[in-house]
Amino acid sequence: MSIVFLPILFIHSMRAYNHVKIANMDGGILEPSLYSLKALAILDNDGNRLLAKYYDDTFPTAKEQKAFEKNLFNKTHRANAEIIMFEGMTCVYKSNVDLFFYVVGSSNENELILASVLNCFYDSISQILRKNVEKRALLDNMDAVFLATDEICDGGIILEADPNAVVQKVAVRNDDIPLGEQTVAQQLTKKLEVLQSAKEQIKWSLLK
Amino acid sequence: MMMLKRDKKEEEEGGGNPFNNLEKSTVLQETRTFNETPINPRKCGHILTKLLYVINQGENIGANEATEAFFAMTKLFQSKDPILRRLMYMGIKDMSKIANDVIIVTSSLMKDMTGKEDQFRGPAIRALCSITDTSMLQSIERYMKQAIVDKVPGVSSAALTSSLHLSKTSQDVTKRWVNEAQEAVNSDNIMVQYHALGLLYHIRRNDKLAVTKLVSKFSKHTLKSPYAYCLLIRIATKLIEEEDAGSGSPMFDFIESCLRHKSEMVIYEAAQAIVQLKNTTAKDLAPAVSVLQLFCSSPKPTLRFAAVRTLNKVAMKHPAAVTACNLDLENLITDVNRSIATLAITTLLKTGSETSVDRLMKQISTFMSEISDEFKIVVVQAIRSLCAKFPRKHSVLMNFLASMLRDEGGFDYKKEIVDCIIATIEENPEAKEAGLAHLCEFIEDCEHTVLATKILHLLGREGPRTPTPSKYIRFIYNRVILENAAVRAAAVSAIAKFGGHCEELLQSCVVLLERCEMDTDDEVRDRATFYVNVLKQQQRNLSSAYILNGLTVSVVGLERALYSVLEHGLKHVCCTGLTVSVVGLERALHQYTLEPSESPFDMKTVPLATQPLADQKVRETPGLAGDVGKPEKSAATRQDLYAEQLAAVPELANVGALFKSSQPLEITESETEYYVQCIKHTFSNYMVFQFDCTNTLNDQVLDRVTVDMEAADGFEVVKQIPCPSLPYNKPGSTYTLVHLPEDPTSVTGTFPCTLKFVVRDCDPNTGEPDDDGYEDEYVLEDVEVTVADHVQKVMKPNFAASWEEVGPENELEDTYALSSMSTLEEAIKNIIQYLGLQPCERSDKVPEGKSSHTLYLAGIYRGGHDALVRAKLALDTSGVTMQLTVRSTDPSVSEVLATAIA
Repeated sequence: MSIVFLPILFIHSMRAYNHVKIANMDGGILEPSLYSLKALAILDNDGNRLLAKYYDDTFPTAKEQKAFEKNLFNKTHRANAEIIMFEGMTCVYKSNVDLFFYVVGSSNENELILASVLNCFYDSISQILRKNVEKRALLDNMDAVFLATDEICDGGIILEADPNAVVQKVAVRNDDIPLGEQTVAQQLTKKLEVLQSAKEQIKWSLLK
Repeated sequence: MMMLKRDKKEEEEGGGNPFNNLEKSTVLQETRTFNETPINPRKCGHILTKLLYVINQGENIGANEATEAFFAMTKLFQSKDPILRRLMYMGIKDMSKIANDVIIVTSSLMKDMTGKEDQFRGPAIRALCSITDTSMLQSIERYMKQAIVDKVPGVSSAALTSSLHLSKTSQDVTKRWVNEAQEAVNSDNIMVQYHALGLLYHIRRNDKLAVTKLVSKFSKHTLKSPYAYCLLIRIATKLIEEEDAGSGSPMFDFIESCLRHKSEMVIYEAAQAIVQLKNTTAKDLAPAVSVLQLFCSSPKPTLRFAAVRTLNKVAMKHPAAVTACNLDLENLITDVNRSIATLAITTLLKTGSETSVDRLMKQISTFMSEISDEFKIVVVQAIRSLCAKFPRKHSVLMNFLASMLRDEGGFDYKKEIVDCIIATIEENPEAKEAGLAHLCEFIEDCEHTVLATKILHLLGREGPRTPTPSKYIRFIYNRVILENAAVRAAAVSAIAKFGGHCEELLQSCVVLLERCEMDTDDEVRDRATFYVNVLKQQQRNLSSAYILNGLTVSVVGLERALYSVLEHGLKHVCCTGLTVSVVGLERALHQYTLEPSESPFDMKTVPLATQPLADQKVRETPGLAGDVGKPEKSAATRQDLYAEQLAAVPELANVGALFKSSQPLEITESETEYYVQCIKHTFSNYMVFQFDCTNTLNDQVLDRVTVDMEAADGFEVVKQIPCPSLPYNKPGSTYTLVHLPEDPTSVTGTFPCTLKFVVRDCDPNTGEPDDDGYEDEYVLEDVEVTVADHVQKVMKPNFAASWEEVGPENELEDTYALSSMSTLEEAIKNIIQYLGLQPCERSDKVPEGKSSHTLYLAGIYRGGHDALVRAKLALDTSGVTMQLTVRSTDPSVSEVLATAIA
């Protein structure tokens, strides 16, 4: 009797597979809403998470989130293409030295909005790190990076997209950072500036 | 040595990463420092950052640990250090979901929220709203209203976004803030404007008139924020879709005017909106397309990607509108971003002419190896539509697909290609031989068992009907020698089909199959033995029933069913060529084993397989964010669910096995006081009408709900099973059992229905009903029983063989003039609907330009009788003429079906 049954299995497995759609590439009408971001992330050059915020339940567990990050990293770390459709979502990204910045949104989201958030994300962190966008500096200023992320996106809503405003809100103690943690070049330029201004002052006082 | 290496590596990359190898427990331990006085802001800030880092890494922190750390953290409110305070807000938000009693910090946060330090206020509001629930919202309402209209943009934005988060749970409270939101939209700050518009729309979204006013007010250039513009465009688009308004609507004018906005973001949003609207003409699309065309040459990859992706969407509906961009798209083929290049090519494939196909295919093949599987699938899908569009190009396309099959790729990708080839073979008879040849070659080296078996099944079905069937047998027999058991078994079945269909190959096939009788695997051996025996009989109807058409069973629990058969040693199972549902089979077998009897198990008592539920569900949610269509795992069919539901009603225990359940049918308008759906369940001698009722009045409770049916001729209402109570908005079911007429040929009828019940008024808020009620009734629409309710669709892959198998004993033939039908397609649609049978051999599709056609239909009639119908249709000036021939295993069934159309 088993003989009679089994051919059927194949017909049905065929039928079932016809309905598996890999990634939905066609758009639909977007529900007008402020919730436009699914995730923000910064990964290092091994694809490890330095910071990641997820704003909806696309990836409910930490395990799923990390798996997603790994896959995304593998797809993006070589080709510097700025934008990719990935697992049915739109991801925009940017990298510098050993850091990778990602902004993830729904595949129906306006790509340019996502890109504007990415720019703000990158630029404000770049300002906070004084253009020194690399892992070491990032980790040294992790508190400010957390605060900046918090000012850019609140629960999936874009809170601020202007890097200057973000930096101003974060209000880090710029002059407060211990000497050892600044690069020599920066210190040099700073000293030069001080020197310059001293010179100016002397000049003006002489002219008076 | 290993140790040394690791140390070195750590030194290299960690380089003193203060967060490397952080232990959750150590960090939690360190939070005790927070209790020290005076507070050292730098030290505590560092510890707090570590804590945030650990949480952000996804470490699982238990409620107790979190609460302890949380309370330690609250001590830090004593410090005035800005960074520390702000880190605390983040800590509160992160821990609000895991720690207990987080509301303890409410008053501290409220102090910060209304305090002097502007840089604390915004973040404090957001932290506060993350720990607030509906009951506490009242106490902070006043402050929230003030914050929304605050002069400091950060405070206002924070209040607006938090209101939106809160409205998920406390819709009613946030609704009262509409005036403040209204005021905030006029803010000069672009983000405040955006957030206020979002909140305003959210509050009013169900009031269409208010939303229309909203759009017309703000569309007159009062907004500064590009984000707010994008949002407004989306609102306008939604309104147009809901009203089904075309390009004449003022909303559309607004969207079009946004194409001239200075921000690219807004321009793109407007273009995308126009493209997505349903009722657009080529003229409406033209300005949007020309904007997208400009974007195609932008230096920004994101802009190019967005543009080409949207153009790709346009090309699906209006390929002609995109042809103007062909030149720009061609330039994008060589884009460094492979996603852009792929989208460009697939768009070109849709818009291009037949002559450009060869060139484009050549270009794609240069970078196929570089793009991700997802995009490869996009390419395959484009090729699939090309195959349908330019049938003459099938050889080029087939060759391309074949070379893709040979390349590396994941299962999904390979499956898509195989599906595409199979679809092409079915659409285009000329491509059949080439396609089968490619598939044969593919299975020679295929690591995916599922695909191999699928292809072998296809070869078994299509191969015997080609001019030279013998050449496929070599490929199939190779599988028997080289592959795993599942593939071998499929190959054996395929060979048997060749033997069953082609007499000249019968002897060779039997020889091959006899060799398989020595196989190491049980299944393969069993199949081979079985087929050899059937084939040796050399009877056409036997091979039709057991080899060519076979059984179609839904996959669910097949193994379980077989297992239970083996376990209980059932020897009496007699099965005929029926299509059964396995869940049903399993249940029937179970029943049989419980009540041992001498009579053999009869497959006819098992319900037939119907389309699995998953088939309907997956399609319903296209394009939703993140909804990558995951296949439904629940394999039980709709009918199996009904069977289970009915079996749970004790009064209906003795009606037998469920034969068929109809689709739910609305017998009230969906907006009325009581909403009723009817589902007809057919059994061998009975029919059960299931009425799913919903009470939409919140001030009433209905008791003892029944549906009174006036029986049509010959039918007899046997029993009514009332629904004991029907509170507001909780669906309940009542059943009416009807005995079918004794005369087997009278099967149709109309039943006027009335809903009867006892009404008890109740308080809408508490739902507490009065003690006394009164009887009332409500007239429903009539329920009709048609021939289709007695018939289950069954696919016969080889109709001719089944036709011969049933034979001409109960054949009936008649000719009808269908004067009301003007096309063959319409006639076919109606015939299928009347008879409820399954069209076979793709005969429901009429080749273009034909004036005559033959339709083949197959199914099972109530009681398990095969029913086959051949309808020859001819189109002439007066309508469609039909010659209907019915064959069945029961004379009355033939009569019922032959008279159904009249």
